[in-house]
Amino acid sequence: MRIGVVTFPGTLDDHDARRAVRIAGGVAVPLWHGDADLHRVDAVILPGGFSYGDYLRAGAISRFAPVMDAIVPAAQGGLPVLGICNGFQVLCESHLLPGALIRNDHRKFNCKDQVLRVENASTDWTSDYTEGEEITIVLKNGEGGFVADERTLDELEGEGRVAFRYVGDNPNGSYRAIAGITNERGNVVGLMPHPEHCVEDLYGPSTDGLGFFTSVLKQVVNA
Amino acid sequence: MGNVVVDVMLKSEILDPQGQAVAGALPRLGFDQFTDVRQGKRFVLTVDGEVTDEVLAAAREAAEKLLSNPVIEDVVSVQPAEPQA
Repeated sequence: MRIGVVTFPGTLDDHDARRAVRIAGGVAVPLWHGDADLHRVDAVILPGGFSYGDYLRAGAISRFAPVMDAIVPAAQGGLPVLGICNGFQVLCESHLLPGALIRNDHRKFNCKDQVLRVENASTDWTSDYTEGEEITIVLKNGEGGFVADERTLDELEGEGRVAFRYVGDNPNGSYRAIAGITNERGNVVGLMPHPEHCVEDLYGPSTDGLGFFTSVLKQVVNA
Repeated sequence: MGNVVVDVMLKSEILDPQGQAVAGALPRLGFDQFTDVRQGKRFVLTVDGEVTDEVLAAAREAAEKLLSNPVIEDVVSVQPAEPQA
């Protein structure tokens, strides 16, 4: 199973994302921002970092990269796409997911082990978890505050599209403590915390992040 | 050579941590009359030749599509720049 991992100028976590794919048993395929060919991948990860230096708005310029011209229609057609941190910002700027990410309410960069509650265990990227399960993975961002208007937030809640919620203190001012969301179909998921950093013992607080990658591999096999 | 100035502001209901940081610094300098600060963005788009209606229309489209994110921001003005003195 081929999982593409996109590298934009300023992406930082592409290597960890590819490593996580391999540890989960998949084949990691590097995808380049300037190449609109998806190279027959079965799913795509938009990893974390600071693409284009977060200039203009985080994710705003990456959204118009050639590779996104291929990813956006593929995602709308059902291709599993996971956006982590900066990748989540790119998905929101691309309108594949609603809402936006703004600067943390406390204005400081966050870097901590974060407990999340899995609110939706039926997406392509969360099926190896159980609903209500609590996982601990790394959170590290300066612009992680998830915002959307009340109507959109109510829709997300009502349709079960809040995929992850922060447990304990809200680390960045995200509305309704939302850490990650999914689209209606459940193939596109975005979240601020970093599952790809938590797939091996001794490298972080847990191996709780591995489930993202094993979930999508099963999804791809069954599709 | 003409310029178009585009001003973008965060929507009023969206928290503006940068503006708050500036608002927090002002009283320390003795400016205690300002009760709030909102920080926005100004873009100056340059074209060869005159700023025509077509140029302004293109600037408005660019402002909606790239320069602002309608989820969190409003394009508050798209204006030809003042002629050079």
